[in-house]
Amino acid sequence: MLQLENLEVYYGSIRALNGINIRVELGEIVTMIGANGAGKSTMIRAISGLIRPRSGKVFFENEDITTVPPHQLVEMGICQSPEGRRIFANMTVRENLELGGYVHHRNKRQIREDYDRVLSLFPRIKDRLNQSAGTLSGGEQQMLAIGRALMSRPRLLMLDEPSLGLAPIMVRQIFDILQDINQQGVTILLVEQNAWQALRIAQRGYVLETGSVVMENDTQSLLADEGVKNAYLGE
Amino acid sequence: MRILLLRVIAILVTFIGLYMLSQFVTYQMDPYYFQVLIECGVYIILAVSLNLINGITGQFSIGHAGFFAVGAYVGAAWTMIWQPMVVGRYSFLQMGTLHGDILNLLIALVLGMISAGMAGFVVGLPSLRLRGDYLAIATLGFAEVIYVLLLNINSVGGARGLNGIPTLISSGNLALFWIFLFVIISIVLSRNIMQSVRGLTWLSVREDEIAADAMGVDTTKVKVTAFVIGSALAGAAGVLYAHFLTGISPDIFSMNTSILITTMVVLGGSGSVTGSVIAATVLIVLPEMLRFLKNDRMVIYSVLLIVMMLTRPQGIFGTKEIGFPKWRRKQPKTEGRSA
Ligand SMILES: Nc1ncnc2c1ncn2[C@@H]1O[C@H](COP(=O)(O)OP(=O)(O)OP(=O)(O)O)[C@@H](O)[C@H]1O
Ligand SMILES: [Mg+2]
Repeated sequence: MLQLENLEVYYGSIRALNGINIRVELGEIVTMIGANGAGKSTMIRAISGLIRPRSGKVFFENEDITTVPPHQLVEMGICQSPEGRRIFANMTVRENLELGGYVHHRNKRQIREDYDRVLSLFPRIKDRLNQSAGTLSGGEQQMLAIGRALMSRPRLLMLDEPSLGLAPIMVRQIFDILQDINQQGVTILLVEQNAWQALRIAQRGYVLETGSVVMENDTQSLLADEGVKNAYLGE
Repeated sequence: MRILLLRVIAILVTFIGLYMLSQFVTYQMDPYYFQVLIECGVYIILAVSLNLINGITGQFSIGHAGFFAVGAYVGAAWTMIWQPMVVGRYSFLQMGTLHGDILNLLIALVLGMISAGMAGFVVGLPSLRLRGDYLAIATLGFAEVIYVLLLNINSVGGARGLNGIPTLISSGNLALFWIFLFVIISIVLSRNIMQSVRGLTWLSVREDEIAADAMGVDTTKVKVTAFVIGSALAGAAGVLYAHFLTGISPDIFSMNTSILITTMVVLGGSGSVTGSVIAATVLIVLPEMLRFLKNDRMVIYSVLLIVMMLTRPQGIFGTKEIGFPKWRRKQPKTEGRSA
């Protein structure tokens, strides 16, 4: 479904990604784990068109999307919950969701369906629809960020560190919901530092170190790997 | 159908009401107050249109006088330079009759708005790359370029400017009608934008451009559209100013004016249409009311401004509105209590 070929991204003269290759198949949850500054967010930004890679290509359903602008990618079915959530703090929860569905705003019925679906996935947001989003707790904000992305009815959902700054129990809750979302047919690319949780729900994983993919395997093997254990699972 | 009918009625009532008001006020009002009223109207249009750019989409343009000037000069150029060149061949363009005046004013408005809108497009393009203070400098630079150009173009009078512009209301007493028509247009336009889903995307650009991008909002289009609409309205303000105050010179469109308009938006509360309207009125009327202070007038005026900003740093209205709820858009409903 998604394929990166030799993707190389620079910030000025700093190379953040040195030609990475990854692929995500339809229906999978794939995780990308890596330490701070490894280039995980850079990869998400490059896929979603927020920065232009210097070389390499991105394919989505066999179509070259390397230079497609972000708003068209959302229409094509790729949406993300960005690093740091970036919800619209001064808007209400409802308005945030409405913006998430903006690309389909003409299709009232679809918006209504997605709205109900998101609220049933995240009942905690449902009670806070008219509250301004900035007053939500961190966990609720993360739920809103995911819900907002779901409103565009993505076929590929990308999440950049959804566990950031959340208590373990909240992380578990959110990851369980991600699994539900996946079972509803959404393919997921999950970027995480919290390798434990990510590997728990994913089928395959990649390990990124200073801009290069150093390992790629199914989650069982990654969980068993000594190197991964030492570096990312804190054992 | 019913809604359409209501709209048509509302528009008709507005037109007739404005027309009668215009007739009545023009005969009854002291010319001095009349002029202040006209200036208020023009500056309300300017403030509300800048609010579209700065307040609603959160850019920082401080060169609004530039667009005001483009509209004023292009509009005046029509009535003073181009119209006389073609009127011989097209006699229906003759001024002095009610329909002739209206036709010429409409032509001036269209030309002024298109030119100012195109200028807004050109100036808006850098806003895709420039942020905050850099954009501010670019827009101020644009206004200065216009100012210097006007000073040096002799065919539009150089520093003396253009005087004796035909008022285009020689029949009909329609000055207030036109000005407040555009006041209403700019307010209703802002309101419609803010109450639509599209308006939500404009606000999202102000809140967090990257998140807006990631949610599928074409932020480029939003920013350029805001610039074009905002500048075209400023252009209309210029055309009206030129034709109803009958004289323009580069000085009227100097950096001071740009700063005055920016102050109106900030003072009213960036993003609040109501705030822009009230602040524009206050900032035009206040110096007139302080005339009795003679030489100390501008000092007191400045002190009052500082006091207002200190007591309401978020602006008079913050982002609130009077007269229309900010979001009356139809909300997606869901079963259960939350709807
Ligand atoms: N806007 C930028 N300008 C310059 N360098 C940047 C920029 N954004 C990221 N970088 C650099 O690119 C590298 C990769 O950053 P990136 O944000 O992709 O890391 P990350 O894996 O997401 O880290 P984290 O887990 O801390 O979020 C880092 O060395 C970072 O300093
Ligand atoms: Mg990151």
